[in-house]
Amino acid sequence: MMKKIKYNNLKRICFAALVFMLALGCERDLTEEVQLATFPSIGEVFTDAPVNLTDQFFVSFDPAQGANTEGFGVDTNVAFQGTTSIRIDVPASNDPNGGFIGGIFRDRGEGRNLTQYDALTFWARGSTTGTLGEVGFGTDFLGGQFPVSRSNIQLTTNWKKYVIPIPDASKLVQEKGMFLFAAGGLDVLGDGPNGNEIGWTFWLDEIRFETLGTNLAVNTEILNGQDIVIQGFAGTNLEITGLSQTINLGTGENVDINVAPAYFNFLNSNPSVATVTESGLVSVAGNSGTTIITGQINGIEANGSLEVTSNGQFPVAPIPTRDSGDVISLFSDAYSNVPVRHYNGFFAPFQTTMGGAGSDPNNVDIQGTLPDGSLDNIINYTQLNFVSIGTYDTVPLVDVSTMTHLHININVREAIDPSDFIRLEIESGTFTGSTGNGSFILSSAFLTNPANVNDDGWVTVEVPLSSFSGNIDFSELGQLFFISDATISDIWVDNVYFYNDN
Amino acid sequence: MMRHIKYILGTMAILLFACDLDETQEVATLTNLVWEDNFDTDGAPDPTKWAFEIGDGTAQGIPGWGNNELQYYTDRPENVRVQSGVLEITARQEAFNGSNYTSARLITRGLFQRKYGRFEARIKLPTGQGYWPAFWMLGDDNNGTEVWPNIGEIDIMEYLGDEPTKVFGTIHGPAYSGGESISKEYNLLNDRFDTGFHIFGIEWGPSYINFYVDDVLYQTLTPQDVEEETNGEGRWIFDDRAFYMILNVAVGGNLPGPPSPDTIFPQSMVVDYVRVYN
Repeated sequence: MMKKIKYNNLKRICFAALVFMLALGCERDLTEEVQLATFPSIGEVFTDAPVNLTDQFFVSFDPAQGANTEGFGVDTNVAFQGTTSIRIDVPASNDPNGGFIGGIFRDRGEGRNLTQYDALTFWARGSTTGTLGEVGFGTDFLGGQFPVSRSNIQLTTNWKKYVIPIPDASKLVQEKGMFLFAAGGLDVLGDGPNGNEIGWTFWLDEIRFETLGTNLAVNTEILNGQDIVIQGFAGTNLEITGLSQTINLGTGENVDINVAPAYFNFLNSNPSVATVTESGLVSVAGNSGTTIITGQINGIEANGSLEVTSNGQFPVAPIPTRDSGDVISLFSDAYSNVPVRHYNGFFAPFQTTMGGAGSDPNNVDIQGTLPDGSLDNIINYTQLNFVSIGTYDTVPLVDVSTMTHLHININVREAIDPSDFIRLEIESGTFTGSTGNGSFILSSAFLTNPANVNDDGWVTVEVPLSSFSGNIDFSELGQLFFISDATISDIWVDNVYFYNDN
Repeated sequence: MMRHIKYILGTMAILLFACDLDETQEVATLTNLVWEDNFDTDGAPDPTKWAFEIGDGTAQGIPGWGNNELQYYTDRPENVRVQSGVLEITARQEAFNGSNYTSARLITRGLFQRKYGRFEARIKLPTGQGYWPAFWMLGDDNNGTEVWPNIGEIDIMEYLGDEPTKVFGTIHGPAYSGGESISKEYNLLNDRFDTGFHIFGIEWGPSYINFYVDDVLYQTLTPQDVEEETNGEGRWIFDDRAFYMILNVAVGGNLPGPPSPDTIFPQSMVVDYVRVYN
């Protein structure tokens, strides 16, 4: 008895210390703290009936995306505890009313304060050992930031309890997304998702947020635990994905949860190189250099990192100024381009050149951003030995006989040796049975002459057509070749057009 | 301001600790401290208090330590050290002298042995399939003239890494050893044994052994239990002789099974103190 009293006293002292500390710790933010509304902390989601959920109860995924809204109901004949459970009849994958079932339960009020809990738990059983594709909470179809889910839980035909751990409950001060599930038909033949899956039924009961006290995070990951290295110019964006945690439950079982980015605190060693938002969106900034982005949940360091090297502002090509009436363009964002068969013919077996695939000038290797915000499409030829821009066969030959010059911007992405060169070669009459051709050589001296190269490394080539050797018929242009014989292997190409200088 | 807060935090930690200690005293009656190691000196464990058992059991005539355990025990600092006020017994996954795991086993044999008393330790345990740490006692074997199970064994705490909320207390003796031993499990509510320290102890006197975890007495064993559990075959041997203490982390073996691919190595059993009262 004596000891019990002593214990209680000590408990009070502990509590007093706690209060004292909290009071001190919060002194600065007191006003802010007071303004925070407190939302109900009800843990129950479904017992024998929905607990404080919307009248709608079940909010289905979009039927237009194949969600079947007919299989959801309650069952007063089956229950793990009490009288009633939720019964879900999963449709066959070829059901005309939708091939899967799923949706959410939403809080009927302004949301709940779940900070005292550490898991969502529920009991489930299946008519057979079907798989719940996804189960979780935090999705409210209203932009909720804190979804958590488990994927591919195979049910048993007896009642079993399932746990969805909360990665960091301190985030859940006003949560509306109380439950989420999605399930598809049973792949009896085990031949993969191919439309022959059959329907099955499962029951859910006693869905609630709980304080288990027995969850232990044993692994936390961003980018699936990989150390990813990227480089890019300012304006390059990417998303940090592969966010997950492995939690060891009190049963000793490890469960993997998919964790929304908002649970993570992203750390960024140099924000002038790249920025990262709370939702894990990385944007390369203007300063050259390297930054390392890592993540933490509740102080636990995640495996995986993103090393971003910014190459600075994108070196866009010089912007053409000539009147479009004086120009016939093969590849430029400044002009309408004539139809092109290819920007790389991939001529086997001798051609090694990569890049420039396809015939769409807006779908090429590199897209920089021009000062006005519009895109600068650029061809990046790599492993160059020779390559052509082709205007024959499937598209008309091009008549440039009224033009006087060929204009090209080239940015050589490597050091230029004295013996290096790029030979421009024009072929006329391709596929007509009567071809002509001629060439003009861009020497290493030309390509490195400061008079020809701007600060971003772009060389402006303006060759009088009369300077081309040979017997070219400029009224039926078929191919323009870039030939380096592998002396130069990596170039950017832009603004390839003919113009009339008169 | 920062400093102030830190000071308050420190005070609070001490008070909470005090609360913990107080809880245990509700189940233990012996309070006269006769032996302790608080692990306050960094380095190897105090050689006046602890000896090591080295190897895989082969030298002792029981390969796999009698349980098909997978570890090789060493006294290297990689496997056992005192650091920052705690003893760390660390199991590692590494090829070593024909075994794939290393660990350590500390004993007080010949250094501290006694009959009766309150034996307790404050311990934090590792996580994952295959870990089998223990705080236990063996009876003196009279210079090797007597053998287990006749010498007796008291397992104050055994734990399996894939059942992080459970420990068990056990006695072994003639006609009640190994799978036939007399044992009880204790299940921690709303907490687990690998995320914080817990106190594991026995209070042992004439014809009784009380097993407790923190402030909960969960098992009392007496000669009558041995009588009932063994249909009269077994004999209470815990009033016969002095016992010594053992701290070890086994890996794999008959009871826990082998580590799984998910099991994280290395991990430690962390011991804050071992104390004996009479």
